Amino acid sequence: MAIPTKYPTEPLKCWPKAKEIRQQYYKDYATAHDRGGVRWSGGAWAFDAVPMGLGDDVHVMTGEPYAASIAFDRKFAQECQDATDARGWARDLCSYMRIYWGSMYLNRFFFGGEFPKPDFYYQTQICCSHAKWDQEASLYEKVPFYCIDVCVGPYETLTEERLNYVVKQLHDSIEGMEKTTGRKYDDEKLIAAVHNECRSTSLWAEICTLNKAIPAPLDEKTMFSLYVLATLQRSSKKIADFYEELRDEVKNRVARGIAAVPYERCRIITDTQPPWGFLKIYRYMEQFGVVSVGSLYTFGLEGIFADQEDGSWGPRKTPEQLGIKIKNRDEALRITADWNLSRPQWQHFYDPQIKTRMMLRMVNEWKLNGVILHLNRGCEGLTVGSSENRLGLIKAGVPVMTYEGNMADEKEFDERRTTSRIESFMETLGLEQIEAARAAQAAS
Amino acid sequence: MIEKFKEWYINRHTYAKQWKDRTGGKVIGTFCTYVPEEILAAANMLPVRILGSHEPQDVTEPHVFGMFCPFCRDALAQGLKGRFNYLDGVVLAHSCIHFRQTFNSWRIHLPVEFSYYIPMPNTVQTPHARPYHTVEVEKFKKAIEEYIGHPITEQDLDRGIETLNRNRRLLRKAYEYRKLDNLPLTGEEAMYMAVTSQFIDKEEHSQVLEAVLKELPERKLPRDAGIRLMAVGSENDDAEFFKMVESVGSTVVIDEQCAGSRYFWNESVPNGDRLATIANRYLDRPPCPVKDYPTHSRFQHVLNLAKDYRAQGAIIMQEKFCDPHEGDNPRLKKFLEENGIPTLSLEFDSTNPLGPFRIRVEAFLETIRGEELF
Repeated sequence: MAIPTKYPTEPLKCWPKAKEIRQQYYKDYATAHDRGGVRWSGGAWAFDAVPMGLGDDVHVMTGEPYAASIAFDRKFAQECQDATDARGWARDLCSYMRIYWGSMYLNRFFFGGEFPKPDFYYQTQICCSHAKWDQEASLYEKVPFYCIDVCVGPYETLTEERLNYVVKQLHDSIEGMEKTTGRKYDDEKLIAAVHNECRSTSLWAEICTLNKAIPAPLDEKTMFSLYVLATLQRSSKKIADFYEELRDEVKNRVARGIAAVPYERCRIITDTQPPWGFLKIYRYMEQFGVVSVGSLYTFGLEGIFADQEDGSWGPRKTPEQLGIKIKNRDEALRITADWNLSRPQWQHFYDPQIKTRMMLRMVNEWKLNGVILHLNRGCEGLTVGSSENRLGLIKAGVPVMTYEGNMADEKEFDERRTTSRIESFMETLGLEQIEAARAAQAAS
Repeated sequence: MIEKFKEWYINRHTYAKQWKDRTGGKVIGTFCTYVPEEILAAANMLPVRILGSHEPQDVTEPHVFGMFCPFCRDALAQGLKGRFNYLDGVVLAHSCIHFRQTFNSWRIHLPVEFSYYIPMPNTVQTPHARPYHTVEVEKFKKAIEEYIGHPITEQDLDRGIETLNRNRRLLRKAYEYRKLDNLPLTGEEAMYMAVTSQFIDKEEHSQVLEAVLKELPERKLPRDAGIRLMAVGSENDDAEFFKMVESVGSTVVIDEQCAGSRYFWNESVPNGDRLATIANRYLDRPPCPVKDYPTHSRFQHVLNLAKDYRAQGAIIMQEKFCDPHEGDNPRLKKFLEENGIPTLSLEFDSTNPLGPFRIRVEAFLETIRGEELF
């Protein structure tokens, strides 16, 4: 059998920087109080630009990436979940939430020391688990909880009243944060944070768009370590700047034909969070010449997309790019509300057909050969409607494989069963293992 | 007359079809109890709540992954099996992600003439929910007007509000009798009464309720009430479960569930603005946990009910995989127990293991009776 084309590969130059930013983020959060700073916790979907108006020494720890970090350490993840189960919480609840609560109940911080208690919790209400997560955490830690309801329907149906509903809640939350921290809110800092938020999420969408190239300059397993920065604090200048650097490097990789996977001959996307403790399934697929170029999850959880002039899907233009000057608090809040409500990964909460349409768009524009859906028992929010997505994709003629698992609870993931399903899917796609790829992985 | 509710409960689909033939009106399937039925009543439509059947089913697996609650799958199964084929339209008021799947799969695979999604606020405690939801109720009214081809007048709205309020008032009156020492009705009977109000023409239901209210003062249970219990938790319209509980020395005297009291507990309070009156009613009702933010306002309401109805214990009924309730129950359990209400937690599916549940209920009742054991 002929050996498929081998593309040149090389490591990402900014990889160490991504790692450093992430490490510094958790360190800053843990030590914020030592420096007189403010700590808040909440979700990766919280309006994280808003608390930035409280000062430059305000640090956040978003719960999902924190729990995902723990999930990689299967032993500690289990201890956390056991601690949560022991308090009577149902085992089928969001596994990130169960891990975060467990770490809090055990008073053990994954990155060392005691669990750092936040000064307040700040969250959006779109997923049934998200708001319960911070409601319980705030009661346990005895700190305030600000919850912004964003259940205003899909972005394509957004009206002035629906936007106003969100904006008014954001105004209220600022008053609450001022009372909680005793600090005077600085609108200029909010405006800067909103610009950075738009910049980083638009840049991430641009980076994902660059993955339309053949060979793909990035593979999804690598993207997991890059998109995560936006989930940590997308409104941070440091992160927006990093994405600019990353965008330039990825652009350069595309220009030079640098691949993420050397024997790329089949392109797929996946869906929802992966089973974090078992990312090797992506490496296994590479032995067949398969590259996962992303997913609606890696793209649209934080990337903000919009229709481009040529009709394709790409980065939404930022207020700065549109020449919009944000003059005051209300304008800043309106922009961040509108921006976040257009998040691709929020749309499917209302109707799976919207997600199917987005996935079909990815299939066509990213030139895909198939889709793998993770029926993720750990996350009701991102698995909602997945079965209808499967039917919709099949109806459109797209090969689809599903596997059951859990992003953070290894008890609900069967590795052997999943690899067997992958093998069958590869066979369906007419792919056989590439000996050179297998040997190269075995040697690495 | 009280038997009429059970008859309706069993023959709900026949009733809806006959109603349609009799009146020529439109039948609208309501997903979740947050749909403002006043608008539908004002338009002379029959709102029919989409519920399950408590039978095993094998038709929903391709549509809703098995990690979602059995209720949402059981309800969808009824549609896929053609049992709701008389519906002219479907409406969902935003609630939990589980039931939204039922609505969406319904829209995709069981097309109807009219389909509408109301983005009902999920943080009902914020004051901003009021003006926002009023506008959404107005939009819903306009969509209905467009569908039926004529405007809904202020008089129609008044009639809709009063029709719903009257039914709520009568249900509250009937529930008052459950506070008595000598109970005139069982929890099972009360369940039939409350659940049927969610799919029977409200006027007709109210007429029967009025007749029943005349009978209740003279009515006596043919048995001792036993331990007075409260049912609290997820959606539950499993009459067989209540029947079993009441066969082992207890009576369910009050519930805090969407198939029961949560559905009808508060009335719309006219404030000069009819649509705001309707919108506020749904924001002020005893909340489903999915809407109870940022504080657990529901807990005190549950305790008040337990005290008012002198419940000696509470069965916390947890629909499997129901995140909103799963996110409340451990704290609710603690709260009730700290306030002297012992609890029994049971996990529910669309079909329930009555044998094992019976053993647990019996043990719970023995615990409550305590000193009477030896």
